[in-house]
This record gives sequence, structure tokens and C-alpha cells, in this order.
Amino acid sequence: MPSFKTFDIAASGLSAQSVRLNTVASNLANADSVSGDPRTVYRARHPLFEAVRATLSSAQDASGVRVRGIVESNAPPQARYEPGHPLADEQGYIYAPNVNVVEEMVDMISAARTYQNNIEVLNTSKELMLATLRLGQS
Amino acid sequence: MPINLDAYLGVHAEALKVYGRRTEVLAANLANADTPGYRARDIDFRAALAAAGSPSSPVKLTTTHDAHLSAQHTQAADGELKYRIPLAPSLDGNTVDVQLEQAAFAENAVRFQATLTFLSSRFRGLLTAITGQ
Repeated sequence: MPSFKTFDIAASGLSAQSVRLNTVASNLANADSVSGDPRTVYRARHPLFEAVRATLSSAQDASGVRVRGIVESNAPPQARYEPGHPLADEQGYIYAPNVNVVEEMVDMISAARTYQNNIEVLNTSKELMLATLRLGQS
Repeated sequence: MPINLDAYLGVHAEALKVYGRRTEVLAANLANADTPGYRARDIDFRAALAAAGSPSSPVKLTTTHDAHLSAQHTQAADGELKYRIPLAPSLDGNTVDVQLEQAAFAENAVRFQATLTFLSSRFRGLLTAITGQ
């Protein structure tokens, strides 16, 4: 029967994808948080995924996933010429975050699909385990 | 008449173990569907079942020092986990094909349940023999 490790692996996938969904939500919410200084403006955040082994004993082990860290995008912020804006600098520019809204939406869909996949794995493993427990009955 | 339960259950008990491990490996592939550099793996079912059937490994590790580790724990694992050859590798080095993994996972689950059904019918047969009804 599938061991409880399957649950750990699927759960690690769920938590990693929910971190990804969180960063997408943060990026989309701050897509219009403009600033007068290109150094302080919000930058798009993305998680870095990494495979992690359940145990260190065997190189053959199946591995879960974890978020190694969250990095800020290095793309330059978009400068917009809006001299009437209260945050505009001396040249009349304001700086919008380097969030690509279309990219973020695609990222969100991808994260949601992978999340659903992991849920499916959890459900199937649970059913198989329960079927194994009922083995020999009736 | 003594009954050898292992022989009576046949290959199904070992097959169930291998299917269980394969569930783990496929779950890991699906969990790492977006991990850069992750390479998808799968179990060579035939090799795994053959290894599970033979109690002792033919491969021995020569140890020349007391601190050397023996190879006894690696007997069934060696050689059965293989990397998948990607149909369309992505730029970030990830070779997980989610559709393929989903299909493999579903297939594995169905085979697992088929093996369970086989085992279940074996137990029912035993029960019929015991109760005589």
C-alpha cells in the first residue's frame, strides 16, 4: 500500500503551490503601487522551488518540494511621465512596479493546476489505503 | 495440511508493495512539476518485482574497513528507479510531463486496485475452505 510518505510529498507540493499563489496575489495587488523613487517601488516576487528528499539515507528516495526562497525580480520598474501626480519626482516621473500582469495570471493558473494535481494524488492515495485496510473483508 | 500463505498469495503481495512505491515516485514527480532542474523518475516495474521476489541481492559490496557501510539496505532499490526520457524538455531543466505523470498515476491506481481485488478473492477462497459454506 502507498506509505504515508505519499501524503507528505503531496502536502509539500500543496504548500509550495500555495506560497506561489500568495506571491501572485501580492504581485497583482501591488501592480499599481506607484512610487516616486525607482529604488523603493514594489518589485515582483517569485518563489524558487527545490526538490527535497524525505530522508537522507537513500539517493533513490522519492522527493517532495519546498520553497527555497522568494526572490524579487531584477527587471527595471516602469517609468511613467505624470507631472501632475503627487508622488512625481523633479523630472515629473513616477515609477510603477515591474509586475507583468499577464505573466502573473498565467502563473496563477499554473499554480492552481498543480495544486489540483496534488489534491488528486492525495485523494487517490487515501482511497488506495482505505481499500487496503478493507482487504479480506466481505 | 499446512498452507504456505506466501505461496498461496503468489506474486500479488509483492506487486502491491511495488505499486505502493510507484505511487510515491509518481507523487514526487507531480509535486515537483514546477521545480527547475527536477528530473522525472519512474520505477522499472519488471526489475522491481524481480528484485522483490528474490530475498537476497546477488550484488555484494566488498568492505575493507570496519566503518564501511554494507550494501544490505540497497538491495531492492538499485537499478529500478530510472529517469524518464523527456518528450519535450523545458528550458529550466525540468523533465516532468504532467499529463504523462497523471496518466501513469491513474494507471498505477487501477493496477493497485486490481491487485487488491485478486488478493481479496484469494482470502475469500481461504475463508470458503475454512468455513465450508
